[in-house]
Amino acid sequence: MPPDVTAELSLLYGAYALMMKPFKSYEDMTAEDYTAIGLKCGLEVHQQLLTTRKLFCRCPAGRYGSDYDAEILRHMRPTLSELGEYDGTALMEKKTRKNIHYRLHRDTVCTYDIDDTPPFFPDPYAIDIALELSLQLGLGIVSEIHIARKQYLDGSIPAGFQRTAIIGVTGSIPYLDRRIGITQLSIEEDSCREVSDIGHDRIYLTDRLGMPLIEVVTDPDMRTPQELAEVCQVIRWLCRSTGKVRTGYGAARQDVNVSVEGGTRIEIKGVPQITRIPLLVYNEAMRQCALLHIRDTLKQRGITKDTLNCTTHDVTRAVYRTPYGPIRTAVDLGHRVKCVTLHGFAELLNYTTQEHTIFAKEFSDRVRVIACLTELPNMVHSDTASEQLSVRDWKGIRKRTQAGDNDALILVWGDEADTTTACQEIIIRATEATIGVPNDTRQAHKDGTTGFERVLPGAERMYPDTDLPPITIDADRLEGIRSQLSTPPWDRQDRYRTLNVPKESIAPLSASPRANLFETLIDELKIDPVFAAVVLMQRFKCFSRDGLHPEQLTDQQIQSVFAALAQNKLTRRGVVRAFRWHLLATRHNQDGAIDIADVAADLAEKLYSQDELNFMITQTLEQSRTIEFPDSGAHHRFVIGIVMREVGSVVESATVLRLIEDAMRSHQPQDNQEEVA
Amino acid sequence: MVEDRLKGYRNISRDVLSKYKVGIWSDVEIEATNGRFRGLILPRSETADDAHIVIKLITGYNIGIATATITNITEHGRREVQYKIAEQEFPTDPNKPNITLFGTGGTIASRLDYRTGAVIPAFSPGELYGSVPELADACNLRTEKLYGVFSENMGPEQYIKLAEKIGEEIAKGVDGIVIGHGTDTMHHTAAILTFMVQNPPIPIVMVGSQRSSDRPSSDAALNLIKAVKVAAEGDIAEILVCMYGPTSDQYDLLHRGTRVRKMHSSYRSAFRTIGDIPLAMVDLDGIHELRDDYHRRRDDREVSINTAFEEKVTMVYYYPNMKPDIIDAIVEKGYRGIVIAGTGLGHINKPIYEAVKRATDKGVHVYMTVQTLWGYVQMYVYETGREIMELGVVPAANMLPEVAYMKLCWTLGQTDDRDEVRRIMLTPISDEITDREPYNGYLIFQGAIPEVQEFLRTIKR
Repeated sequence: MPPDVTAELSLLYGAYALMMKPFKSYEDMTAEDYTAIGLKCGLEVHQQLLTTRKLFCRCPAGRYGSDYDAEILRHMRPTLSELGEYDGTALMEKKTRKNIHYRLHRDTVCTYDIDDTPPFFPDPYAIDIALELSLQLGLGIVSEIHIARKQYLDGSIPAGFQRTAIIGVTGSIPYLDRRIGITQLSIEEDSCREVSDIGHDRIYLTDRLGMPLIEVVTDPDMRTPQELAEVCQVIRWLCRSTGKVRTGYGAARQDVNVSVEGGTRIEIKGVPQITRIPLLVYNEAMRQCALLHIRDTLKQRGITKDTLNCTTHDVTRAVYRTPYGPIRTAVDLGHRVKCVTLHGFAELLNYTTQEHTIFAKEFSDRVRVIACLTELPNMVHSDTASEQLSVRDWKGIRKRTQAGDNDALILVWGDEADTTTACQEIIIRATEATIGVPNDTRQAHKDGTTGFERVLPGAERMYPDTDLPPITIDADRLEGIRSQLSTPPWDRQDRYRTLNVPKESIAPLSASPRANLFETLIDELKIDPVFAAVVLMQRFKCFSRDGLHPEQLTDQQIQSVFAALAQNKLTRRGVVRAFRWHLLATRHNQDGAIDIADVAADLAEKLYSQDELNFMITQTLEQSRTIEFPDSGAHHRFVIGIVMREVGSVVESATVLRLIEDAMRSHQPQDNQEEVA
Repeated sequence: MVEDRLKGYRNISRDVLSKYKVGIWSDVEIEATNGRFRGLILPRSETADDAHIVIKLITGYNIGIATATITNITEHGRREVQYKIAEQEFPTDPNKPNITLFGTGGTIASRLDYRTGAVIPAFSPGELYGSVPELADACNLRTEKLYGVFSENMGPEQYIKLAEKIGEEIAKGVDGIVIGHGTDTMHHTAAILTFMVQNPPIPIVMVGSQRSSDRPSSDAALNLIKAVKVAAEGDIAEILVCMYGPTSDQYDLLHRGTRVRKMHSSYRSAFRTIGDIPLAMVDLDGIHELRDDYHRRRDDREVSINTAFEEKVTMVYYYPNMKPDIIDAIVEKGYRGIVIAGTGLGHINKPIYEAVKRATDKGVHVYMTVQTLWGYVQMYVYETGREIMELGVVPAANMLPEVAYMKLCWTLGQTDDRDEVRRIMLTPISDEITDREPYNGYLIFQGAIPEVQEFLRTIKR
C-alpha cells in the first residue's frame, strides 16, 4: 500500500522530499516480488509434549486454570553469560524496572517452579519423544544432553531463565521439490502465561510454567509467506503423527523469523495459528523495506549515526494550558511532559511501515515497553495534524526547544523517571533508524502487524545449568527409539496419493495416530484404502461432531470391526453402523462395558439366505401396495429404504438392489408393462 | 601449553583430541556416526566422564559428543574466550561511610569454573560495582578475600582469623563490616563470632544468597545491597545476619547472630530467628527496627576479641534406641564437651544414663538443648528430667543446639573448671539465652488453613 502523500510532502519538505517506493498490497505480492526484496524466512515451532508430569519437577502436566491460591513478587537482574557478556535483552529488561507478580495454584506449582528448589532430573519420557522427533527430522543426535539456562528477564519464568537443551542438530525435511534445512531441536520448559502488563506491574499465571515442549528450528529456507505457513504445517503434522504431543489452542506456537535484503533477522514471537503467518511475514517484509528507505532518506539528508542530533527538553510549562486530554491529565497529576527533538526527521514519522501503521509507532512501542508508559496514546509527534495539540501549543514547544521546520518533535508524559527513560529510548530508536532495521523481537497483533516486544537476545543469554549434570543418551536407548519409528507423514502422503485416498484426508491421516492402523487395515485385511480413510478420518470426524468420542476406540477395536468386513460378515454400511452403535452405547453406559466385538457380532449374526431376502422383499412390496406413490421410482426407493434398514449391515446394497428390481419386475401390474419396457 | 588446551579431558577423550590435533577453544566440525556438529570445544568438568567432548554451538547451546561415535574432527580456527566480569572502578565519596567486605566463599557475583562446572565468585570492588552498582549509593567499599571455601568447610581456623580481622578493621576505623558467607553454616559462624567479638562499636553483617548469583532471580544482589546498607547506615552494633525475608522480593530480615538458623535447604527465605522476633526489616527505603533492645553504634574503637576455641567438643542428636556405647566412644576419644539435642523438654532414654554418668564423672561437660528448636529445656517437669540432671547434665535453657555447641567450644577454650564453664555457658552474651519467649516468637503457619490461604493470596505491602 503506497502512501499517497508524496506530492504533499514534497511541498512541505522541498529538497528533502521522500522518494516513496510503492509496496504492493498483500494480495498483489508475487513470489517474484518477494525474491526481488530478498525475503528469507524461517521458523521456530514450539510443541508441547503429552507427558503426565512437568519437565523438571513432578507437578502434573496440562492442568490449566486462571484460579490461584497465592501470589509472589520478583524482580529480575541481568547476569553475566558464560562468556562474560551481558545480553542486550537483559539490559533492556533491567531498564523497565518491572514488578513481576506470579499467581500460584497449589495443584500446578511447586517450589521448583518459583525457583526456590533446585531442579529434579528431566522427565525421561519427554526426552524420548524429543529423540523420536529428532530422528524423524534426520537430525544428528547429541550423545550427551547439556542443560542450558536461557535468560528471560521479562519475568515469564520466575527463575529468570528457561532450562533448555539441544537434542539434535542439522537435518532436513522434504518440501515440494526441495529440502528445508532443520537447524536444531531442543527440549525446554514452557513459560508463564501473561495476564496483564500495565505500567511497572506485570502479572503472570503459572499453570503452563514448566510444561515440557520441543522447539524445532528451521534454516531460513522459505522464500514466500505461503511457503513458510506450509512448512510450518508439515512440522506440525510430523509432531502430531507421533500421537505424543498435546493439541488444542496454545499447545503449538511458532516464532517466525523474517529478513529482507539489507535488513535484519526479526523474530515474531508466539504466533498460535498457522493461518496468521503469511500476513505477518508480509507486513514485516514491508516494515524492513520501509525502515531501509527511511535510513536512506536520512542519509540523503546528511543524517548518519555519527551526525545524528537529538535534544531533550522539559516542555511541561509550554503545554501547561493545553486542552488535549492525555497531556491535560498528566499535567494535573503533576507529571512531566518532555520533548525529544529529532533534528532533520521532519515528516518521516508519518511514513507507512506496515499496513495501517506508521514509523511513529516504532517510537511509541519502545516508550510503552521500556519506559512502561503503557497507557495509550503515550506520545504525540509533530508530524501529526494539529487535532491533538493546537498550532499554538506546537509553536510554544518549538520556541522552547528551538526546533526548526526540518525537525520532528516527540512528546511523552509521565513521572520523572519514566519520561527520562522514554526520552533515552526515543533517541536510541532514532539512532537505530540511521542504521536500518534494529534487532527486535516482535509480538504478533491480530491485524497481521507486529509491535516491539524486546531487543532480540543473542547467544550471550545462554548459560550452562550448574544444577544438573550432563545426561548421557546411550546407544541402546537411541536404537530402541529408532527401531520403533513410524513412517514420516511426507512418505505416507506420497503413498496415500497413489492409493487415491481423498485429498482432504491425506495430510490429516498421515499425521494421525491412526496412520499405522490404516496401514494394517489395507495391507493385512485388504480393506479398500479409500473406504478405510473415509471411515477413520471423515466418519470419525462426524461422530465427534455428534458428541461421540471415536478417539476412545482402541486400534484393536477398530481392527476387529474391519475384520468382520474382510470376512464378509459385515457390509461397509455395517461397519459404520457398528461404530456408531458402539459409541452411542458407550456414551450412555459410562462404564464402557459394551464390547464392540459384540456389537459387530450382533449385526453380523443376522446373515440372510437368498430365500429370506426374497421373502422380506415380497412382503414389503405387498404391504406397500396400499400406499400411493407419485411414480414407480418413488415406490422403488421406498422399498429399498425399508429393506436396507433391516439388512444393510450385512448384505451389500448391490445385492439388495438387484433382488428388489427382480421382484418388482415380476410383481409389475399389467397396465404398467409398457412403461417398464 | 598442550596441557592447558586439553583442560578437563582425560584418557579416551584426551586421546581423541590429541589425535585430531585440536583442543579447547578450537572451532571444529565433528563428524560422528550420529551426525555432523560444528562448534567451539569447551573445557570439560573434571568430575564428568572421559567418553565425551563438549562443544558450544553457534546458538550458545552446549552439547556432548561421545568419543566412540567420532569419525573425524576438522579445525576451522580458534577462538579463546576469556570470562571477565564487567569491571568498573568503585567510586569513592569522602562523605560516605567506609565499609569493608570480607569474602569467605559465598557468591555475590560469580562466573563459571569450567573444570568443576561450579561458579567462582567475583569479588573485587570493581567487579562488584560492575554487577551491583547500587552498592556505591551507600558507601565506599574495600574488599578483602579471606578464603574461598564452601561454608561447610569453615572451621576454627577460619573463625579465629575472621575475628582477628574484624578487630583490625574496627581499629582502623571502618564504619561497618560485611561478611560474605555461604549459607549452610552461616548461623554457626554468626554464633561463634558473637562470642569471639564482643561489644563491637559498629554493625558486623553476615550475608549470602540462597539462589546462586548467576541467575537473574538471585537473591544475592538484593541481600548484599541491604547488608551494605545496614553496615553503612544502621545503628545496630552487633553480629547480624541479613537475609531474604518473605517469599517475595520485598525486604530482608536482620537476625541476631545467636538466634538465627537456616530452616530450608533451598528457599530464599530460609533464615529465621528462632524463639524470638527478628531485629529489623530492611528494604530499599531503609532499616525498619522491630525492637529496640540492641547495642547501639558508637564512635569509639573499643571491642573485645577473644578467640578461644576447644575443638574436642561434639553434638549428639538423640534418637530412640540410642545405645550407651556412642557416649562411651566419644569420651574414650577424648572429647571434653557434649551438647545433646534431646527430645521434648530435653530428654534421653534410660539405657544411656549410665554412659552419661561415666562421662560427667570423667569431667566431660554435658549440656542439654532441644530438638524442637523452639522452646526451653525444662527438666523438672518429668521425673526423667530430674534424673538426667542428677547425672550432671546441665540444661541450656533456650539456646539453639548449634549455638550451644559453638559456645561450649569457646568456653572450654578458656577454662575447664566445671562451675566456671557453667557460669559462662548460662550467662547470655547476646540473647543466646533469653528470659522470655514472646508470644509471636513461634509461628509456623500450616498451609491450606483458610486464614493462611487468605494471607498468601495477595502480596502484603
